[in-house]
Amino acid sequence: MSKSIKVVGVGGQGTILLAKILTTVLVNAGYDVKMSEIHGMSQRGGSVSSEIRFGDKVNSPVIEKGDASILVSLEQMEAARHIDYLNKDGILIVNNYKIHSMVTLNGKVKYPNNIIDELSKQVKTYVVDGTKQAIELGFDKVMNIIILGALAKALGISDLKWEDAIKENVKPKFLELNLKAFRLGLSQVN
Amino acid sequence: MKKILSGNEAVARGVYEASVVFASAYPGTPSTEILQNISTYKEIYSEWAPNEKVALETAIGASIAGGRSFAAMKHVGLNVAADPLFTFAYTGVTGGCVVVTADEPGMHSSQNEQDNRNYAKFAKIPMLEPSNSQESKDMIVDAYALSELYDSVVLFRMTTRVCHSKSLVEFKDRKEVGIIPYVKKFDKYVAVPAIGRSLRHKVEERTNKLKEYSEHSKWNYVVNNHAEIGVISSGVSFEYANEVFGDTVNYLKLGFTYPLPEKLIADFCDNNKTIYIIEENDPYIEDFARSLGKKVFGKDLFPYTGEMTPDVIKRAVLGQNFESLVPNPELFVGRPPTFCTGCPHRGFFYELGKKRKKIIVSGDIGCYSLAVGEPYNMMDSLICMGASFSAGHGMQKIMDMKSDDDRRVVTVMGDSTFFHTGINSLINTVYNNGNTINVILDNRITGMTGQQDNPGTGFNLSHESSVIMDIEKIVRALGIQHVRRVNPNNLQEVKETINWALELETTSVIITDWPCKLKKTYNDDDMVKYDKMWQTKDMVLEDKCVGCKACLRSGCASLVFNVEKNKTEINSNTCVGCDVCKQICPYDAIVKDDRYV
Repeated sequence: MSKSIKVVGVGGQGTILLAKILTTVLVNAGYDVKMSEIHGMSQRGGSVSSEIRFGDKVNSPVIEKGDASILVSLEQMEAARHIDYLNKDGILIVNNYKIHSMVTLNGKVKYPNNIIDELSKQVKTYVVDGTKQAIELGFDKVMNIIILGALAKALGISDLKWEDAIKENVKPKFLELNLKAFRLGLSQVN
Repeated sequence: MKKILSGNEAVARGVYEASVVFASAYPGTPSTEILQNISTYKEIYSEWAPNEKVALETAIGASIAGGRSFAAMKHVGLNVAADPLFTFAYTGVTGGCVVVTADEPGMHSSQNEQDNRNYAKFAKIPMLEPSNSQESKDMIVDAYALSELYDSVVLFRMTTRVCHSKSLVEFKDRKEVGIIPYVKKFDKYVAVPAIGRSLRHKVEERTNKLKEYSEHSKWNYVVNNHAEIGVISSGVSFEYANEVFGDTVNYLKLGFTYPLPEKLIADFCDNNKTIYIIEENDPYIEDFARSLGKKVFGKDLFPYTGEMTPDVIKRAVLGQNFESLVPNPELFVGRPPTFCTGCPHRGFFYELGKKRKKIIVSGDIGCYSLAVGEPYNMMDSLICMGASFSAGHGMQKIMDMKSDDDRRVVTVMGDSTFFHTGINSLINTVYNNGNTINVILDNRITGMTGQQDNPGTGFNLSHESSVIMDIEKIVRALGIQHVRRVNPNNLQEVKETINWALELETTSVIITDWPCKLKKTYNDDDMVKYDKMWQTKDMVLEDKCVGCKACLRSGCASLVFNVEKNKTEINSNTCVGCDVCKQICPYDAIVKDDRYV
């Protein structure tokens, strides 16, 4: 059996690094892992996603709708857009942050304001103030690592060496900050 | 050692292990990272070419001279490289040569969905199709052995998911084969008609030998699960089929797919009650099976376009999918890709947009194609790399025949596209007394594919300094008299220049000159030329903003309109102080933020 985790966000938010660390930790733990992402055009402020599947043996590198046990969204509206990938018994982890798209920026359409309330009615949802906490830590870009911490907790697999995996994937001068962010994220999910 | 690699990284590793000494490519999603990864192996000489034709031709030369060589391109790139490919198919190789085509079922970042497996059949060259990263590496190594054994360039067909998905790969060491001493082979490489005619017979003999090989190739095999249903598949579709059917069906997995194994396919069809052929894009295997008189399910059941992901297979064969939550369409709106904050294309398209009724815009492939969307809505056409100048020239010639329509054609392309094939198109316009307004959006880098250097940037793939090809000098050397270089972030300058060009009745060129916000490497000259680049920020004076939304027409993602306050706000985390919005604001409500000057 394989398990699927989908990570979504907006180009530039760090979905790829988050997915890379998750992949590293699973590979290091001996799982068969496949990870899929689309890059190219969509990185320019568009909607982006990475898909991670792991288990004893994984065939398809892509996740089917209704198959993800965890959906991680670094942005509110992206969680709503991709919610159909989540299994109805799955977990949503969402960064409590809005990024406008061209159509909401210019006020033509309003950015929906009840996303998190509505989604929490549909599925088990953990809301993390990742962006706010990252700014408080002194660097808004570590938001993705705070969310990774929340994911690590929600995933609930013991014996995964998360901090080693972070070390493998971030520059040494940012390591301490990233570890701090990760630990902060861990404490957000009960 | 096992590592998790993307298909592109695995191909690079395979190229290394296969003792390749020369590699070239032009960037193109989803193939770009192959050459970038190859360039990290010091044993392989690698270079960016200005286009795919040149990339393949250099690889051909390297092969003729005795080195194992490699070229990679996206699917449409192979159209550009088709000319040398078809004759190289006749001559064969000295050092082994492999060409990667990275196809895009579903068109994630492409203008069409062509199935380049047809090229193998068309050019009569052997083809391999990997399903995952391990195969991507192992097949590349084998492709070089096949290339030299059968004296042919090998086509290596990947797709987006094989290129960009990651899976575990077992490494091997590089096995040095060295460079074969050069011997002049007139009858092999000088493809004049007389020699071409004799080579044509050699190609036929080779194809017959390859047909025999295909029947026994280790890449073509049956997985017998003692079921009654058989699935024939290749590439990533094989992984998808396995996901759906597991061990409930038998499989014929095809990895060597030109020439296809006639007997193997016929026997598999005969040994199973029902046959499904699961492949992305064209019914390539299906047509072959039908030509053998076999009854199969293929594109009559599966969609003719898009990816054959597990959900698609399940819907087609089983008629059902996983139960899933239903997204509430009121909770999200579209989020198309857009120009980055600080993108130098923004100021130009803002000003060009004001002339919308007087012009037709002939577009091209690159980041500026994002000007198709809100708020610019700029492109009238977009065909292929380099076409904006030439298609625009053709459009203008017709517009000029109309007495009741005096619209001018403005053509736009980037610096890398200009070097790719734009130069030829511009030569045509000048030579044929055209009168288009040709804009080269020079952002000093190849942007869309992720910051690759090009002949205009002053660096090559090895990060060595190289000659900076001055676009203005090139354009003037072609004989164009009317050339202006502008700072696209200076709206007054852009406006005056567009008006100047519209007044002219002959070919003109406007070069917008400002670097891409994402550009990482600069020359010393650049640092002087682009003074205070990205070092400042703009802000809105709340008391002066009247909520007129004029600034939003710049299309900058750092501007947020606060509906409650009826005022624009600037995101100070992301603003890089390009000042485009500042110049648009009619109320002087946008100013430099003192804290960042």
